[in-house]
Amino acid sequence: MRIIVCAKQVPDTNEIKINPETGTLMRDGVPSILNPDDANALEMALEIKDKNPENVEVIIISMGPPQAKEMLEECIAMGADEGILISDRAVGGSDTWATSNAIAAAVRKLGGCDLMIAGRQAIDGDTAQVGPQTAEKMGLPQITYVKEYKFSDDMKKVEVKRALEDGYQIIEADLPCMLTAIKELNEPRYMTVGGILRACDPKVKISVWGAADIGVDLNTVGLKASPTNVFRSFTPKPKGKGVFIDGDTPKEKSQNLAQSLKAKHII
Amino acid sequence: MATVNFDEYKNIWVYAEQRDGKLMNVAFELLGEGYKLSRELGEGCQVCALLVGNNIENLASECFAYGADKVYIIEDELLEVYTTDGYTKVITDAIKEYRPEIVLYGATHIGRDLAPRCAARLDVGLTADCTHLNVRVKNYIDYAEANTTLNTATLDPEDPSKNLLMTRPAFGGNLMATIVCKTTRPQMSTVRPGVMDKLEKKSEATGEVVKMDCKLSVNDINTNVKDVVKAAKALVNLSDADIIVSGGRGVKEADGFKVIRDLADKVGGVVGASRAAVDSGWIDPSHQVGQTGTTVKPKIYIACGISGAIQHQAGMQTSDIIIAINKDPDCPMMHLADYALEGDLFKVIPELIEEWN
Repeated sequence: MRIIVCAKQVPDTNEIKINPETGTLMRDGVPSILNPDDANALEMALEIKDKNPENVEVIIISMGPPQAKEMLEECIAMGADEGILISDRAVGGSDTWATSNAIAAAVRKLGGCDLMIAGRQAIDGDTAQVGPQTAEKMGLPQITYVKEYKFSDDMKKVEVKRALEDGYQIIEADLPCMLTAIKELNEPRYMTVGGILRACDPKVKISVWGAADIGVDLNTVGLKASPTNVFRSFTPKPKGKGVFIDGDTPKEKSQNLAQSLKAKHII
Repeated sequence: MATVNFDEYKNIWVYAEQRDGKLMNVAFELLGEGYKLSRELGEGCQVCALLVGNNIENLASECFAYGADKVYIIEDELLEVYTTDGYTKVITDAIKEYRPEIVLYGATHIGRDLAPRCAARLDVGLTADCTHLNVRVKNYIDYAEANTTLNTATLDPEDPSKNLLMTRPAFGGNLMATIVCKTTRPQMSTVRPGVMDKLEKKSEATGEVVKMDCKLSVNDINTNVKDVVKAAKALVNLSDADIIVSGGRGVKEADGFKVIRDLADKVGGVVGASRAAVDSGWIDPSHQVGQTGTTVKPKIYIACGISGAIQHQAGMQTSDIIIAINKDPDCPMMHLADYALEGDLFKVIPELIEEWN
């Protein structure tokens, strides 16, 4: 059984700060990490492999700049068998539509798979679009927001709990299909010492593929082919100074706050 | 990509999401936003609701009441519950036939499953989780000057282009980006629930109903929805609340939420929470406000013991009035607040309950 996990290297958005003078993003020194939802996707694939290590192959696929290889090494240190990085100027600046064209081409080059798992969304763009769009480009059924799963005994069907805002659906699909993972699905494992050594082993493959390697139509990838483009980007305006409530005791402060609100007819 | 004749694409469509025969609130918000955009697009632009389901024709009147000029209906037994395959097929077929200029979806768990699939099938652009939309550059400049740090000098208020300018948060709310889609039609986006304003309800409003043929067969649907389970507990309706009282790390423990609930009861509000409080297990995730929780825009937001991480601010910073109660006078929430009250929330809130009348 071949499982392909889609993963992205992202800046840790919790660490990003805004330069108060210029209002621009300060990305220097911000660590790059494996996107959190993608770690849940990988964990699910590794759980399946744990149950049947001889017959399950876990391949991680990513698209990004050359340094994203570090993230693939981390995935191998967690237990993945192989990594593929699509990295080429020709695919740079791809939006979600173009990215899904490239990933679908790479998976076709690999000869397909029995299951694809992606994280629900990446923390830098928060779009949640690449999983479903890749599924569409591959002609696979999709189930997003997966929080629980079980396979049929013959591993030909999967039944999942799909989270909704107000409950969940129980959905069944035949393999191959695309699932997208949310935080509630599992607790991703850590890298192991053995895994880290394996990631350093030259026999463990991390392939870097360009657009020519995956045979993708160059009119469907990259900045120019992407239907969406950034028009402007900016930071929200800092709010004007509020009122600091005076008073010596909690009671006095509460009285003053209530009075201010009444004076402005807020209450 | 084939050249598209943009003139053939007209009107604004809103995917009016229903579950169990009940329209989601975001459908009304999108109709309100659609109305605003139709004024920017000018004379002759209609706002149309697209209803998909089974036995849902009765929902058309509600769509009219909230601003739809026209309602398209696709009904079939196979559309009784939402499936990605079934809904994608009928919606993309309808879009190909009627060629709307803009299609808006609510960024719900279902909208975010459906819209990307539709966009990929149609090979058009899609912008996720928008919080502001404009068509006219002039209106966009007004928005940008009032709310952002964008230098608008490079923009021409007389710019005649009518691309949809789709603004959304990125990098956890640290940055805003405005996205355009110049090469494909329709222009599509998902819109964050709780952000756009619905119009005042006009119960007597009516309009044209167009029923479409459904060309769906059971073989088109490759997943089997075996069950839909509603959460047993009462739903927390943060999006509709006029007043929200939220607790964060400063609440210290699950029992600490009692004073938050007491204040919420007193002011007629709903209880919210920061991610820190939810992750600590003090309160159910359904109460979470923020980038990864619910986005809210109440009249009054009272943040108790919340320091104000950017991801929390992203979900509540457009509240009309923000009141912060915090021991730390220098935390980000105290700077964001309209009214900042320094103090121990456990001492302040009981007093505030006395004074709030």
